Amino acid sequence: MPDLTREETQGLIEEVLEVYPEKAKKIREKHLTVNDHAIDQSKSCIKSNRKSVPGAMTIRGCAYAGSKGVVWGPIKDMIHISHGPVGCGQYSRAGRRNYYVGTTGVNTFGTMNFTSDFQEKDIVFGGDKKLAKLIDEIETLFPLNKGITVQSECPIGLIGDDIEAVSKAKGKEYEKTIVPVRCEGFRGVSQSLGHHIANDAVRDWALDKRDGDNSFETTPYDVAILGDYNIGGDAWASRILLEEMGLRVVAQWSGDGSISEMELTPKVKLNLLHCYRSMNYISRHMEEKYGIPWMEYNFFGPTKIEESLRKIAEFFDDTIKEGAERVIAKYKAEYQAVIDKYRPRLEGKKVMLYVGGLRPRHVIGAYEDLGMEVVGTGYEFAHNDDYDRTIKEMGDATLIYDDVTGYEFEEFVKKVKPDLIGSGIKEKYIFQKMGIPFRQMHSWDYSGPYHGYDGFAIFARDMDMTLNNPCWDKLTPPWKQAAGSEALAAE
Amino acid sequence: MPSVMIRKNENGELLFYVAKKDLEDVVVSVETDTPDAWGGTVEIGDGSTWYIDPISPPPTFPTTLRFKRA
Ligand code: SF4
Repeated sequence: MPDLTREETQGLIEEVLEVYPEKAKKIREKHLTVNDHAIDQSKSCIKSNRKSVPGAMTIRGCAYAGSKGVVWGPIKDMIHISHGPVGCGQYSRAGRRNYYVGTTGVNTFGTMNFTSDFQEKDIVFGGDKKLAKLIDEIETLFPLNKGITVQSECPIGLIGDDIEAVSKAKGKEYEKTIVPVRCEGFRGVSQSLGHHIANDAVRDWALDKRDGDNSFETTPYDVAILGDYNIGGDAWASRILLEEMGLRVVAQWSGDGSISEMELTPKVKLNLLHCYRSMNYISRHMEEKYGIPWMEYNFFGPTKIEESLRKIAEFFDDTIKEGAERVIAKYKAEYQAVIDKYRPRLEGKKVMLYVGGLRPRHVIGAYEDLGMEVVGTGYEFAHNDDYDRTIKEMGDATLIYDDVTGYEFEEFVKKVKPDLIGSGIKEKYIFQKMGIPFRQMHSWDYSGPYHGYDGFAIFARDMDMTLNNPCWDKLTPPWKQAAGSEALAAE
Repeated sequence: MPSVMIRKNENGELLFYVAKKDLEDVVVSVETDTPDAWGGTVEIGDGSTWYIDPISPPPTFPTTLRFKRA
């Protein structure tokens, strides 16, 4: 499929919007745009972080998902109570693949589901007593936990339970960090507010615990990785690069992270921020309160890794700068071999993405390293600042869609005809049945890691494996195939 | 009166950030910017102007301040 021109892309958007009623059309047209490099402020071309249109199928999640699932959930040595009815926690349990080391159920609790399992009587009479009892039970059954968070589900806010009071009282009783998080699902328009609420809870209840305590020995090379959730081991693949260049990684937020790492983060020299959307709030806070600078980096694909390593090294002295060069040189042969192998198989293929907080722009570089082109991208829950950053990364006249609806996404795909789609599990089977190769870009389709040089090799292999899979030619049954190929089959 | 976090970006320019409004832009002009005071009317990149009573001595950035719309 040849590249669409600016007019054609604009035409496509209008065509897709045609079916909506007047009011919905007016709302949705502000969320779809053709990328224009001439604009540097996304506000003028795309609206984001707005309520989804009622009746349109959105792909977003809720604030509880943003807090329990994304920010707090991966802190492995704390127990995260899904406070409310059983479903929210049970159906999302262990789905995110944030790997960790530890013995689950003994000193780590990442893949377990703890819930207060609200019943009718708890809604009527309040659930505070139940929460207190639950915390007591946790202390008896799992004494090695290092703290507890109370992740509110919708009903908690609706019935007005005082989880803060319970948390305070129990925290004092057990001398542990117990964090109440007001992340009821109905707050805000998407999981994005959940990230913010979770960041604020970290700030208010956990971050300053060791402020006066200087027993931790620091070095001038201490850094923290923020906004890396260790999906399929991502943070580990990032961490080794940083360590090889001479830095000391004190904390991982929050993939494979722990509460004590969190408490030590205010002592680092630099915060490295991978997912800007979900952790910029706490980075800004630490910059203001502790004077720790933060920077965004991107560990997808060798080009971006190289850029990022150099940018990180800029904050430090010559030993680290040399370290960065050494790391880049060391892996050069390795990643060049990956490119040499896969680029010829993937060259020129077109990709459409629709993911969450950072990947719609961060993975573009990795695809380009493989000679592929991203022709459309969009975020479930981004804000303006994310689109500001995206405009620069995307090619001119490509499609950008915010909070895309199921219908729009399908129509775009039918017209743009990409060779590969990267999105989530909810989209996967629709597009596979349409005969288009698909990769889940939230969970890496049960593969990973994709970060770092090691991750790039896996990324390239996975893309090739999916795109060049022989199954895509077999989707049309023999009796529907054109006469020519039939003759071929008969031979 | 939104609280605004002001910090420096990589190029040393001041950035004006209002979390609630999702607004982040560079500060283009500050009415009073002397060694002993900082504040007054502040204009940012998108053309909007904000006001704060001059603070002396000037604050160190990053910091959070309360601005009024001017
Ligand atoms: S919206 Fe409410 S009920 Fe639904 S998953 Fe989120 S917290 Fe649970």
